Amino acid sequence: MTPVELTVNGREVHLQLDPRTSLLDALREHLKLTGTKKGCDHGQCGACTVIVEGRRINSCLTLAVMHDGEQVTTIEGLGTPEALHPMQKAFVVHDGYQCGYCTPGQICSAVSVLEEIKAGVPSHVTENLDRVAFSEDEVRERMSGNICRCAAYSNIIAAISDVAGESKA
Amino acid sequence: MKPFTYERANSVEAAAKAAASVQGARFIAGGTNLLDLMKLQIETPTHLIDVNRLGLDRIEKTEEGGLRIGALVRNTDLAADTTVRRDYGVLSRALVAGASGQLRNKATTAGNLLQRTRCPYFYDIRMPCNKRKPGSGCGALKGMSRSLAILGVSDACIAQHPSDMAVAMRLLDAQVETMGADGTKRAIPIADFHLLPGETPHKETVLNAGEIITSVTLPKPVAGTHVYRKVRDRASYAFALVSVAAIFGKDGTARFAFGGIGAKPWRTAEADAAASEGAKAVAQAALAGARTTEHNDFKRPLVERTLASLYRQQEARA
Repeated sequence: MTPVELTVNGREVHLQLDPRTSLLDALREHLKLTGTKKGCDHGQCGACTVIVEGRRINSCLTLAVMHDGEQVTTIEGLGTPEALHPMQKAFVVHDGYQCGYCTPGQICSAVSVLEEIKAGVPSHVTENLDRVAFSEDEVRERMSGNICRCAAYSNIIAAISDVAGESKA
Repeated sequence: MKPFTYERANSVEAAAKAAASVQGARFIAGGTNLLDLMKLQIETPTHLIDVNRLGLDRIEKTEEGGLRIGALVRNTDLAADTTVRRDYGVLSRALVAGASGQLRNKATTAGNLLQRTRCPYFYDIRMPCNKRKPGSGCGALKGMSRSLAILGVSDACIAQHPSDMAVAMRLLDAQVETMGADGTKRAIPIADFHLLPGETPHKETVLNAGEIITSVTLPKPVAGTHVYRKVRDRASYAFALVSVAAIFGKDGTARFAFGGIGAKPWRTAEADAAASEGAKAVAQAALAGARTTEHNDFKRPLVERTLASLYRQQEARA
């Protein structure tokens, strides 16, 4: 067993883990934060997306021990039922889901996507590498690592666009 | 996943030494490819050496006017670097054509060079695969080979190199800088870094046991229009069937490198020399020696058409 210290949603936690434990399993099985979902467990579906040190990653494809001392934000840390994060609220308003299984990953990813655009990180559909700006095409491309089996994509795009509009104002 | 022991390396020297001294040890950086393969027990390391905190995450100018990219620079950061975007656009373009946003946030420059093939027979442990299990045969040769390589292949292996980034690195004549277990440093031209399968497809690079990549250097920027065109089954988040990295100069010269078709990132002097003659000539030169199956023979015309599309785009710009 290896000791691992994480700050999850602002709370410091100390764990003793088999080094094989993925960050996803540490969150779900050890910390009982079951908001983050296991879909494919191979980095293909995005259901396990969390924000580590300010960046979205697939928590299934990383070992918890590799993140000793780091900050992790999961869907539970973005907002609460009483005080939803603007992205959570927008997903509700725009009906950005059906079964909801992929939603925590979609929302964590979406929050980071807007930050990546703001930071000037280019994408495959960015025409001019020097001018990175919000567009629906940018959102579609940047969200391609989050699969929705119910195909709520158009409403997910509407939700993200809504939040992007609010953040511009 | 098979059990393994874990350590976090504190210096490059210590990491290299540990890797050479423990049988079955592997470095782990982003882990996006290695952990996937470990879950499938295609990779079964006995010991993991975490190199994430070695500080090899800087991008700096070299004295020769080029760029030195730390081995641990994440794909997202490399694609977004202002110098890379301005002077090595083809590299930014290739990076953002690969994987997903989440994976690019984790995947590293060195790890990307070392990522393993996505051949379906390599990924299925019930199938024969000379790369995964030397001497077991190749399931792909007479199997489903649509996505696989047509250049640099052998009777033992027709696996394709999956990287987009490495194709741009090949186009830019990058050098891979390493440190050996005994502390020796060397710089390997990317053309020599990846091995062709021959009879030993399990040997993929010239790296020795314990040798660790410390950085990748780029020579001075190459002027011209930098483009990366990737053809794939989906618009996003899929491996290339064919990709072309190119730099078109103002004088009609151009250079080309290809992904999705080679056992390694593919580039030939003959293709570059044919640049002024157009897409057909370049494709013919690049595809010299190609060996296809009935499933992947479509890649020949696809290479030519992808090039033709780039030429048309280039003419429209002029």
